[in-house]
Amino acid sequence: MERVLLNFPFVAAALLVGISLYIIIFKRNLIKLIMGISMMASGVNLFLVALGYRAEGNAPIYTEVPAGRMVLPVPQALTLTSIVINVAVLALMLTMVIQIYRHTGSLDAEKSRRMKG
Amino acid sequence: MATLITHSPILIIAIPLVAAFLTPLIGMAGSKARNTLVVVSLTFVAFLVFALARDVVANGIRVYTLGSASPSLTIPPGSMVPVRIILEVDAMSIFFGIIWAIVSLAAAMFSLSHIADETGQNRFYTLLLLMVTGGFGMMFTGDLFNLFVFLEIASISGGALIAFRTRSADTQEGGFKYIVVSAIAGLMILFATGLLYAQYNSLNMATLAHVIQFTASDKIALALLLVAFTMKTGMVPLHLWFPDAYSVAPASITGMLVITSHACMYAAFRVCFTLYGGVIDGLVVGWIIVITGLLTMFVGVTMAVFQKDVMRFMSYHAISQLGYMWVGVGVGLAVLGTPELGTYGRDAMTGGIFHILNHAMYKPLLFFTGGALFHCTGTRDLAKMGGLAHKMKWTAILYIIGTLSISGLPPLNGFSSKILIYESVYRFHPILTMTGIIVSILTLASFTKAFHSAFMGAELPEYEKVREVPRSMIIGMVILAAGIVFITLFPAQVVGWILRPAANALIDQGAYINAVMGAIP
Amino acid sequence: MLSKIVRTVANQLFLFILVFGLYVIAHGHLTPGGGFQGGAVIVSGVVMLLVAFNSKELKKSLPERLLSIMESTGALIFAALAFAGIGTAFFYNLLVGTPIFGKIPPTGPGSGDFWTGGLVPLMNFAVGLKVMAGLSAVVLAMALFASGEEVEE
Repeated sequence: MERVLLNFPFVAAALLVGISLYIIIFKRNLIKLIMGISMMASGVNLFLVALGYRAEGNAPIYTEVPAGRMVLPVPQALTLTSIVINVAVLALMLTMVIQIYRHTGSLDAEKSRRMKG
Repeated sequence: MATLITHSPILIIAIPLVAAFLTPLIGMAGSKARNTLVVVSLTFVAFLVFALARDVVANGIRVYTLGSASPSLTIPPGSMVPVRIILEVDAMSIFFGIIWAIVSLAAAMFSLSHIADETGQNRFYTLLLLMVTGGFGMMFTGDLFNLFVFLEIASISGGALIAFRTRSADTQEGGFKYIVVSAIAGLMILFATGLLYAQYNSLNMATLAHVIQFTASDKIALALLLVAFTMKTGMVPLHLWFPDAYSVAPASITGMLVITSHACMYAAFRVCFTLYGGVIDGLVVGWIIVITGLLTMFVGVTMAVFQKDVMRFMSYHAISQLGYMWVGVGVGLAVLGTPELGTYGRDAMTGGIFHILNHAMYKPLLFFTGGALFHCTGTRDLAKMGGLAHKMKWTAILYIIGTLSISGLPPLNGFSSKILIYESVYRFHPILTMTGIIVSILTLASFTKAFHSAFMGAELPEYEKVREVPRSMIIGMVILAAGIVFITLFPAQVVGWILRPAANALIDQGAYINAVMGAIP
Repeated sequence: MLSKIVRTVANQLFLFILVFGLYVIAHGHLTPGGGFQGGAVIVSGVVMLLVAFNSKELKKSLPERLLSIMESTGALIFAALAFAGIGTAFFYNLLVGTPIFGKIPPTGPGSGDFWTGGLVPLMNFAVGLKVMAGLSAVVLAMALFASGEEVEE
């Protein structure tokens, strides 16, 4: 049972990535596409954080830490960096979608001339 | 000078970064001060790159440990593994650094007048310098996670620059496609990094290469990394975004995007040869790379023949040329660790790397001439142009140099690298050389046709007022043309000075590991 | 623009959000937080003001030029702090383990001394400044987009 619980985050991460892949490949609405990419980022981030977890571990904060082992801090640092990058990517993508909407009046990838493929 | 060279790996990355954030502040003082800042900082970086290149070729790999008590102290006392961020510059990294320094300087010069009529120029130069930072970071880092970070820096600024002209929907769509592809590729790289970190508790490429086992999840990580980097490079099954993004960007940025594409190629080589160098099944992965390369060459050139938009036409040729490099280096990977490496594998790799250098000179040059045509005529449609050689003599001459070079006509530099690839890959499999020659002929044919429709013929009445492009654009193009002429005149010296060391650096995985891991067995 | 009550409360609350954001930034090296997180907290205050007032109103007090200057300054301070250690190595932490506040603080688990970070808290402030200005500019630009205003991208 404990093994199942420990692997649970990985299952969730796989589900997130799988759903997001489905969205990215099959949905033609640009906003949905962005949501898919954002979800994929969440899935990968969850995977990274879950990697660093050690059973019964404390958060890796030195201030007033209880005795015992800590979870790995490096994956958490990676996740933070990746979140920051994703914020930038998300902002840029949304700006472009707003511009596309202004020019074409549509958010449908099929309707705009070059978004196919 | 010695101190400068010691610190140059980080200075080359940090100076464009500082200049990028100085740009909005200096830009308030006026456009002249800002332009001076951009050009001076990029010139200084180019100087540092050449100084570092001399040092690396003479004295071997140079490492730089950020934040440690000494830059060369890769492993802190009392530890067995490197814990800090490490930059590692070997001949291969610095070879790409030289290309990036030259092209970014030329692109900045070209932008000075190409962009002069647009609004938001401060942002343009900030993003351009950030892209330079990202590119150098990708080339110099010795750390898998930082590779991802710098790739994203280059991609985000590149995507914003593609969409820089907001007047039409094409630019936004091109930029959007580019950023979506980059985001997905970035997440794949991050996932692969996680897989490797989970097993070996390290992010440093040298340390990972030292302990890697090639387990099932290592294979997944390798596949993810390769797919991500080929996607970002623009190889054929995953190339659909490439012409859309490249054709709509400002021409100077298109020239730089070509080199970021090469930087992703560098990352793919680094992964195959250095990270997985000791354990990889070279024959299988090598053949996969060679077949992708062949497909890329062929599909790229056949699609290019039908294009009417001058920038799209050149983008498809860029895809086609990427194939040559993959074939050359892929053959080297396929025979890695066998006796054939000495007989022809090394030459094939040198040829592939040589072709990267040549492509990095003539392709941005051609994109710049395309941009110059767009600048003067306001259209990218080849069918609407004509007789422009009368008005734009410099552009026409530079276009001819680029065309002759890309088609591999002797004695130009394109010929030197292609003949090196043809001769060596012929011994691996003759079909590779045959495809290469056919693609080369098609390239020449389509570029001649494009030259004819843009420059030759009678002067068209609607281009009565067209004048030669401003001087800074010509300087930008001449920098690259000078590179082509130099390589044409001294091919053997260029090969001996930097290309052979670069190919050897890829093959010699032990030296890369030793530079970080030191004496630890 | 929402009612006067909302606007007044938002004005008062912004101060608290600002203080909390600064706290998160300052203690980034000791507790969860840091430059990006604290900056994002402050930007949430900006978003609240954006909802309470409207984007045009807010643009008057947060002009694009000011945000751009703040963003560049933050990044430049960060770079300057990184360059400060270039005598030894880039990013070398000059101040860690120096007795500026009377004694060298103990390191290791349990000690919550502010001065264990050396240059890190200063870098956090620089990053916080940059993130705050950058994200505010993004949020503001999108709000102006949404209201149909022409903004210079």
